[in-house]
Amino acid sequence: MKLLIINGYVIDPSQGVNTGRNLLIEDGRLAGLFDVSEPAPADAEVLDATGLIVAPGFIDLHVHLREPGQEYKETIASGAAAAVAGGWTSVCAMPNTDPINDSPAVTRFIIEQGQRANLANVFPIGSITKGGEGRELAEMGEMKRAGIVAVSDDGRPVPSAGMMRRAMEYASGFDLPVVDHCEDRSLAAGGVMHEGRWSLVLGLKGMPATAEEVDAIRDCALAKLTGARVHLAHVSTRGALDAVRRAKEMGLQVTCEAAPHHWTLSDEAVKTYDTNNKMSPPLRSQDHIEALLEGLSDGTIDAIATDHAPHHADEKALEFDQAPFGITGLETAIGLAFELVHQGVITLERLVELCSTKPAKIFGLTERGTLAKGAWADVTLLDPQFQWTFDVSASKSKSRNSPFTGRSMTGAAVATIVGGRIVYLHPDFSRLTRLRTNAATR
Amino acid sequence: MPTVFNHRHLLGISELSAGEITHLLDTAETFRDVSRREIKKVPALRGRTVINLFFEPSTRTRTSFEIAAKRLSADAINISVSTSSVSKGETLLDTARNLEAMSPDCIVLRHSMAGAPYHLARICNASIVNAGDGAHEHPTQALLDALTIRERKGRIAGLNVAIIGDMLHSRVARSNIYLLTKLGATVRIAGPGTMVPKEFAELVDVGLRIAPSVAEAVSGADVVMILRIQRERQDAAFFPSLREYAIHYGLHADHLQQAAPDAIVMHPGPINRGIEIASELADGNQSLILDQVANGVAVRMAVLYLLAGGSRDGFIEESNGPAKPERKERQGNKG
Repeated sequence: MKLLIINGYVIDPSQGVNTGRNLLIEDGRLAGLFDVSEPAPADAEVLDATGLIVAPGFIDLHVHLREPGQEYKETIASGAAAAVAGGWTSVCAMPNTDPINDSPAVTRFIIEQGQRANLANVFPIGSITKGGEGRELAEMGEMKRAGIVAVSDDGRPVPSAGMMRRAMEYASGFDLPVVDHCEDRSLAAGGVMHEGRWSLVLGLKGMPATAEEVDAIRDCALAKLTGARVHLAHVSTRGALDAVRRAKEMGLQVTCEAAPHHWTLSDEAVKTYDTNNKMSPPLRSQDHIEALLEGLSDGTIDAIATDHAPHHADEKALEFDQAPFGITGLETAIGLAFELVHQGVITLERLVELCSTKPAKIFGLTERGTLAKGAWADVTLLDPQFQWTFDVSASKSKSRNSPFTGRSMTGAAVATIVGGRIVYLHPDFSRLTRLRTNAATR
Repeated sequence: MPTVFNHRHLLGISELSAGEITHLLDTAETFRDVSRREIKKVPALRGRTVINLFFEPSTRTRTSFEIAAKRLSADAINISVSTSSVSKGETLLDTARNLEAMSPDCIVLRHSMAGAPYHLARICNASIVNAGDGAHEHPTQALLDALTIRERKGRIAGLNVAIIGDMLHSRVARSNIYLLTKLGATVRIAGPGTMVPKEFAELVDVGLRIAPSVAEAVSGADVVMILRIQRERQDAAFFPSLREYAIHYGLHADHLQQAAPDAIVMHPGPINRGIEIASELADGNQSLILDQVANGVAVRMAVLYLLAGGSRDGFIEESNGPAKPERKERQGNKG
């Protein structure tokens, strides 16, 4: 089965391609880029991508799909549906489910559920420690064999530097990146928002930026000691970014990601006590936002990741102190990332690099994050000028905890292709399918 | 220039203008006389229902609200809920929805968590009065403090006010800082470094300064406000011992000698004698602590009246109970 995407503007940083090209897909794999003047193979369905960007499939390194255990918040199927609606062809699922993903059995279950949903690729992340309790190493080797792509104790950061050192040393033996949620709990304990003027105004306990910075510096030092691949999740502070920048200058294998809400909203957003502005790390002050924009622009930040964290409306309807941390993000991330493009913070090419090329490299997802011939046919089609308004009530996620409902955005992923199959097509772009039908009858 | 007070709720001082604050204080002054009469009751809120919903132990504030409601002839109902039992059972919003179903005109909420009244204001038709929410605000305390200061000093503008103690956890400090600076006073705050974060200076744009010591904060002050040390916070190690706190951050007679000659001493209560304030100062002739309590009733009468009743002009014109004015369209919460 062949699918030809014609007249699109191809951006593929992995090959340095930045020009109009046709892209041929054959049996779930990419069959190459061709000049737009070349005639379509007679047996190919044709998708007209005029005015659209054709990019290697977007990869989200950080989602919480809640299955197994908290299916009332999200299932792997609903999370995967939200992912492809947001332009993500692959998502990497954090292990803090119930039971936690600290064993090959849970890993295999997550992979099977992903296959059953048959939408986005679902790559599980295993826990660093058994039960995520920070005491004993989890069976990383066995989980790797079952299919994990990284290890992390996200949400419950490994408190002891000694334990983290062992984890890095051990994970290196299986070439697994160690993902850390940087937060020194002795500094941040009990905090529910960024510590600063707004936490004082609102009378809410703050989590100082220093709590992230201290742990980021620790992890970079441990990366130096162990030589391990270390990836810092959802970096939100200037101090952590400075630590990553220094680590990169030293040639360490340190990478990091940023989440759209952290550069889009500031801690001032908490002033209505709306719990959809409560997440960890918290929304920061303006200086940290500027540091994130610098990091996105200068390459310190390697990836855009959503930290998609669905919670049931009942849980979020509690007092601010009691509501759980986290917001959904799969369907808003690309729209928010386009704001950066339109503001001139990043180029379109850099956007693709942040959402596809680099994430694939960081987690070692071979034959993804590229449009090279022979790679998996994971493709994201983008319309940089598409104007839309996010309506959380129409979200594919089971949860509704987003601060971005009602936000108007310019630019979106309008079609998502996974393994050569169109798994999502924006309703306004049905012309794409129409053309496909035309082509089929041609 | 008549100022109209048309807020639906009283959630915090931060969202009030100087004019609205003055209007509240003026209204409270007219109500102060009611408590000095033999028959301490006016029919202003006859037929209205006020629910005091208290999720934190409180004697003074709850009693004060209850007396205020009763002196306005409202039906006052007190509900005290221990927070621990709530966390196991009904959520705050469900409790509020159930109360709302019984059509109260006003819900007075005390809660240990900041922002809880905002939660209620989003879903309730009743007017919400914040009677203290976590470390956020305690607006009626600031209003009664202001009424007390105005009564003694005749003004707020231009006064130097020292606030001493635990700023970090104090809703009283926040509400007072907003109110006093809005009305033109200068506020100096002092306390242990662990309890006076340096960002506190940015709480308001003008009129607030962190003093390096209690002595410097109090020096030349017209008003000295002492905050209560919450002993239960001792475990959190914000200071080494009560003894050390009393020596370095308690108010002593020699401090007061550096204040303005006619300086007044205030404390929101309950007092830890000999810790944050020397006992003889609490009972001394510069202390207005009991005046504060008396003014608390007047201020709460004014608040309930303006939210559940009507304009102050209406009260004066028809003291038999003004018609309830039409409520403004429901507004989003500011602040």
